[in-house]
Amino acid sequence: MVKEIICIVCPNGCSLRTEKNDGEVTVTGNKCPKGEEYAKSELLCPQRTLTSTVATAFSEHPVLPVRITGAIPKGEIKIAMLEINKIIVDTKLKCGDVIVKNFMNLGVDLVATDDVDIY
Amino acid sequence: MTDFDVIVIGAGPAGLAASLAAEKKGKRVLLVERAARMGGILNQCIHDGFGLIRFGEKLSGCEYANRYINEVRASKVEVSLLTFVTRIEKKDDIFHITLVSRSGIRIVTSTALVLSTGCRERTAKQVSIQGTRPAGVFTAGSAQYYLNILGEMPAKKCVILGSGDIGLIMARRLTLEGAEVIGVYEVKPTPSGLTRNIAQCLDDFDVPLHVSHTVTRLYGESRLTAVEIAQVDEKMRPIAGTEQIVECDTLILSVGLIPENELAETLDIELDPKTKGPVCDQNYETSQVGVFVCGNALHVNDLVDYVSESGDVAGSAAADYCGRKRELVDIIAGKDFAYAVPEKLDVNSEASKTVVFFRSRDVRDKTEVDVLVNGESVYKRKFMKLKPPEMERIVVDFSRVKVGDRISLEMWEA
Repeated sequence: MVKEIICIVCPNGCSLRTEKNDGEVTVTGNKCPKGEEYAKSELLCPQRTLTSTVATAFSEHPVLPVRITGAIPKGEIKIAMLEINKIIVDTKLKCGDVIVKNFMNLGVDLVATDDVDIY
Repeated sequence: MTDFDVIVIGAGPAGLAASLAAEKKGKRVLLVERAARMGGILNQCIHDGFGLIRFGEKLSGCEYANRYINEVRASKVEVSLLTFVTRIEKKDDIFHITLVSRSGIRIVTSTALVLSTGCRERTAKQVSIQGTRPAGVFTAGSAQYYLNILGEMPAKKCVILGSGDIGLIMARRLTLEGAEVIGVYEVKPTPSGLTRNIAQCLDDFDVPLHVSHTVTRLYGESRLTAVEIAQVDEKMRPIAGTEQIVECDTLILSVGLIPENELAETLDIELDPKTKGPVCDQNYETSQVGVFVCGNALHVNDLVDYVSESGDVAGSAAADYCGRKRELVDIIAGKDFAYAVPEKLDVNSEASKTVVFFRSRDVRDKTEVDVLVNGESVYKRKFMKLKPPEMERIVVDFSRVKVGDRISLEMWEA
């Protein structure tokens, strides 16, 4: 089966032409090896990173940006959002601090991507 | 003696890089920022994809900003937050800058000035839409501010007009937070945002993109209740009979960004009608000597990495500025270019590695871009595809260019 997909790894946004035969994936149109890696994962088990915000207990800084440290299966994104929206941060975290270790048992951490900056 | 060697106005990514570059050259630098914290618009850009070129990592906007903010905090750069610049005057080659902050009015002087004031979003009033004026019409950046800084949902069911990158990013963000995004409508026949954003922000969430469509009317008294959408012809005029009413409580506009140059205008700096930013040379010095410009104030960039790069160049050139005489040669971009930056080359300054940014006017396949000096090619590069939303960067050796030469950029089918 031939499928055209857009690589989302970098701003080049290469058009990748993929062909899947008996579980073997061949990729053309990629400018770098990351494109091939992306196309294979996209066809076999699509993964995405996720960034969002969590609520804080500080009215001067009501939400704190967060992200997960690696890509997770696309199908888990919705549930991950529900989990993220249950969190309330009440300590003055710094950019890079871990909020949830091994988030949803997916092998990635949920980390702060900014300081709780109160002035 | 002046109070500072270099004053940088605006502490977004361009200003942060510019002030660090000037400070590294041993200069006394003041960085002025109107907001309560440094970082500019990156503070509300919680999504990732920043810094791939600069740091070789996929960072979120806030993480990218924090790297520079921490460096500025550890440096000798003086930072003045919650401070507005209300006036700039040039007297005897010295800049007198009036600052207004909580501590009152302060006038500071400097030898050189860097404008890193970023850009503004085009608003609903700049795209003519008929109908009522209800609440619920936001620019994509304001919606992003509500959601990512204030933690408030601005929409339940929304329509997005314009396919600029922030609009696409907001389509994904609002969907993830539980809003219904009915569709993105783009008046042009091709999308304005990066291709990968169409893939990861729209396609991933089954948000449809309708090109050659626009919003023609708003409905609703206190809050938006619906919009009228029509198809447009090749001249972007709505086609009668194609109107449809789409119920929604929010309209988000992602219809373009314009460099912010109110301060530049008060200094009579020449603006390029194509970029809407100041005309500048390879050091990003404007038509007003001693005034440098960088980042989105110069031209609207797709990638923050290039914004920081322009800040490095402008900041370090501002540090070296000593009122030397420039000799400028025009860099003329051919008709197939939307624009090219810089517009001038100073032949008295280093030019062996001149970075030229450009955008094509139309979507093109296999194209050769040629840089010519007096009609002779000095640089050639083939592009498989050129798209107006995707800025290209080339490095050209102009070290042999002399006064009176003619530099031109052309593109043709390869």
